[in-house]
Amino acid sequence: MMKHSVVIVGGGPAGMAAAIAAYDRGVTDTVIIDREEELGGILRQCIHNGFGLHKLGRELTGPEYADVYKKQVEERGIKVYHTTMVTAISPDLVVTAQSREGLMKIQAGAVVLAMGCRERSRGALSVAGTRPAGVYSAGTAQKLINCMGYTVGKKAVILGSGDIGLIMARRMSLEGAKVEAVCEIMPYSGGLTRNIVQCLEDYGIPLYLSHTVAEIHGTDRVEGVTIAQVDENRRILPETKRYIPCDTLLLSVGLIPENELTRAAGIPMDPITNGALVDENRQTEVPGIFACGNVLQVHDLVDYVSDEAEIAGLGAAEFVLGGGKKGVSVSVKPGAGVRYVLPQRINLGEEKDVPLFLRVVKPYGKVRFTVKAGDEVLATAVRLKAAPGEMEKIVVKKEKLADVQGEITVSLEEIV
Amino acid sequence: MKRDLICIVCPRGCSVTVEGEIGALKVTGCTCAKGEQYAIEECTHPTRTVTSIVRVSNREDTMASVKTSCPIPKESIFAAMEAIRGLSVEAPCCVGDVVCKDLYGAAVIVTKDVL
Amino acid sequence: MIYDVIVAGAGVIGGMVARELTKYKLNVCILEKESDVACGASKANSGIIHGGFDPEPETLKAKMNTAGISKLYETAKMLHVPHKQNGSLVCAFGEEEEPAIHELYERGLENGIQGMSILTGDEARALEPELSEAITLVLNIPSAGIICPYELTIAAVGNAMDNGATLKTNFEIAAIQRANGIYTVTAKDGQSVQGRFVVNCAGAYSDKISAMVGDDSFTIIPRAGEYLLLDKSEGVRVSRTIFQVPSKEGKGILVSPTVDNNLLTGPTALRVRTSGSTETTDDGLAIVRNLSKKSVPGVDYRQVITSFSGVRASVATGDFIIEPAKNAENFVNVAAIDSPGLTSCVAIAEYAVEILGSIGLELLANPAFDGTRPDPHFIKKMSDEEKSAYIAEHPAYGRIICRCEMVSEGEIRDAIRRNPPAHDVDGVKRRTRSGMGRCQGGFCMPYVMKLIAEENGVPMEQVTKKGKDSNLATGRI
Repeated sequence: MMKHSVVIVGGGPAGMAAAIAAYDRGVTDTVIIDREEELGGILRQCIHNGFGLHKLGRELTGPEYADVYKKQVEERGIKVYHTTMVTAISPDLVVTAQSREGLMKIQAGAVVLAMGCRERSRGALSVAGTRPAGVYSAGTAQKLINCMGYTVGKKAVILGSGDIGLIMARRMSLEGAKVEAVCEIMPYSGGLTRNIVQCLEDYGIPLYLSHTVAEIHGTDRVEGVTIAQVDENRRILPETKRYIPCDTLLLSVGLIPENELTRAAGIPMDPITNGALVDENRQTEVPGIFACGNVLQVHDLVDYVSDEAEIAGLGAAEFVLGGGKKGVSVSVKPGAGVRYVLPQRINLGEEKDVPLFLRVVKPYGKVRFTVKAGDEVLATAVRLKAAPGEMEKIVVKKEKLADVQGEITVSLEEIV
Repeated sequence: MKRDLICIVCPRGCSVTVEGEIGALKVTGCTCAKGEQYAIEECTHPTRTVTSIVRVSNREDTMASVKTSCPIPKESIFAAMEAIRGLSVEAPCCVGDVVCKDLYGAAVIVTKDVL
Repeated sequence: MIYDVIVAGAGVIGGMVARELTKYKLNVCILEKESDVACGASKANSGIIHGGFDPEPETLKAKMNTAGISKLYETAKMLHVPHKQNGSLVCAFGEEEEPAIHELYERGLENGIQGMSILTGDEARALEPELSEAITLVLNIPSAGIICPYELTIAAVGNAMDNGATLKTNFEIAAIQRANGIYTVTAKDGQSVQGRFVVNCAGAYSDKISAMVGDDSFTIIPRAGEYLLLDKSEGVRVSRTIFQVPSKEGKGILVSPTVDNNLLTGPTALRVRTSGSTETTDDGLAIVRNLSKKSVPGVDYRQVITSFSGVRASVATGDFIIEPAKNAENFVNVAAIDSPGLTSCVAIAEYAVEILGSIGLELLANPAFDGTRPDPHFIKKMSDEEKSAYIAEHPAYGRIICRCEMVSEGEIRDAIRRNPPAHDVDGVKRRTRSGMGRCQGGFCMPYVMKLIAEENGVPMEQVTKKGKDSNLATGRI
């Protein structure tokens, strides 16, 4: 069996940043196993700009952002197994992978999960109607257009206003297609406001909130869709049904962390994030296995993925170097108005500030977030607005964490 | 004039109001200088960075992603796309390589290594 | 060339009939209107090997079902089609339904079904802990099983082709004429095929084919069955197939594991307008959700990966039609094959060929016939060591294309090359399971398209989802 100190599963933005962080902490025997031919993950097909403002201080396209990290991986001489699929991870840190060269087993000192996420499919939504060609998840269409250079249709309706759907509305418009409508089943968009402005408003594409695609029509290729308004319980209002002729339906209806390997390894999961339960170092409940990026929680900014991956990479390196001592820990739970908080557990006495990442349950105006342990307030933060589509970050100072007792909760209250 | 905008400079998406006459516009609601600049430009001569892909002449089924080196006038986006469709590169090419020197005041540059 | 036998329809019945015919020295041609085999009810049904308690004794259904079970198990083994004898349970909810359980038991005995037993609700829950508390009496049929219906069809047609049969896809029959003892079957696009005998296995369209030779004695009543397929995480809810006491419309909503360890629920039994009405409906899927939860309340419908609908070819009499056509010589109808058609398919094929023999088709044994087919999923059954050694020799089997179902490039290339060759993305999916998993092809589809384009030497824009005008890429940038 081969041996490597830190094995990173996935070569997207999370995997690359984690590998660099582990290497820079002194664990030079860090390897990346990536299923694709080249590093970069999904960023390779995200040719639009808007990446890196927070992390790198400049605005880059997806491939450029990936390139920055790819070059850092190359400079360090970090070993990358390309076109290699990890098929199993065991709780005792044996990683099994497969490629054109055959099967390999690696005994890892620590493992960082960075497999990313996948898109929710038409099947998962059970949209009624026929099964013609022309129904794509937005990311699949993005891959066909941006990486392979093929158009996917001339007249499109997009279901779901997630960022990929919005970006693809613009992309298809630029390639000469007519985007008839974007339907969002919720009364608010799941995408970033700036994307609604620069991807829809710029191109005169209507966004129908509280609307869904009720039925798909067409035998061979999509011929049209029936859209309809929904009530507050997301049930279709039949009298609002309306037929839109089109040859393409793109779905941008949510991302699901790809945690099949994680589950198979017996790692406990958070039912809300659909990712592993982790501590502030992004260590899962299985010692030596860390997780970061969209496999842990779906992010809206790659910059935050890189931040999180650095934490995980550093954690994995520390684990290898120091053996992963564990002291007292407290759990972190979402309170009023908060859907989830990550990390779900904090080890006490670690002498460092801990940033908490969270999402709210619905759109709010001005809010105050309060991080509490019992009656003691550990941190507060005020935001002019908060929305489920935008991840919030609140830092708890190390001195506040010194003698926390009991569970930590994060809640919000609306203020005027 | 008075216009309410959503700033698109960064993901924060500030709600911005621009008031006054061209040459003496007053911006409120911004949280950074870049945003203020954006708001004024959006009301006077709106611009956008255009990103797309071009063919790699010596590689089958491979596209090189490109962008305009700086934002171009918003009304020129579709004309620029038309021009970009006529461009191609030859591998190997690297991030930053110039495909076209001048397209509505911007260069078209490669954003992905194709080796 | 003049074929000895033309088989109309490449569903599971057409496939099995063709395979049965290649056991003899006969030139066989299979005609299929779609771009691939198994495109009708054969790809969209429950995939159940029925125990045989349901059909009225003495009907063709009863005979074929009882005779068909062991024949199907045996054939599935030879063709390497995924199947499992997992047993089934028929559940009564309360006193009112209990007499039906005893009736089915008696009927099963009459039909010659062995090994059945009647269990109390608690006894059944000891076997299947997720069964509803409301279940009071249960018929246990251990001989029943599950099978992958489209893989069975693909294997049957493939094996027939390996033994010399010809398959013509995209051949939609428009007319059938007979002159000088020879049938000329003409397609919508003008091409034609000639043969001495015709077997009508056209499923939901078999009444139309029969009418072309003057036999309009039966009418297919298309009845749609809508299903939901759930992730493998739900496949563990039950190990047996769970039925409810059947009604006039069908065997009711079942909850069953599939051979691929997913969970399948359905079908509805709604009359539909045409034989091509395979759309799913909100109402239909709601019925499936609600009624399946009656048997197994714990089914988590957040784990649905897809829904589908199949049109069953029923007739008013309720029995199979396997007989020479009225008013036409050398023409045999194998029609109205709804449930338990899949279970009966091998028995039906043998019976149909027997009828052909009785009306004048000479049946001389074909000594070269090989009834086995290589396992398309062989790589998955290898140990790590075997796999490593195999990949070293055949690298394409090491590269995973479909990450959800772990399908390699080698398996996809096989599917495109082997009989019957896959021409499109759905064809690859049914043969390899690529795109069948939880992401439903989101990641692998562009790669599968590329492999199809490469293997067939066509541009990407010509690659389709399911033949005809179902192109996926619409142009080159």
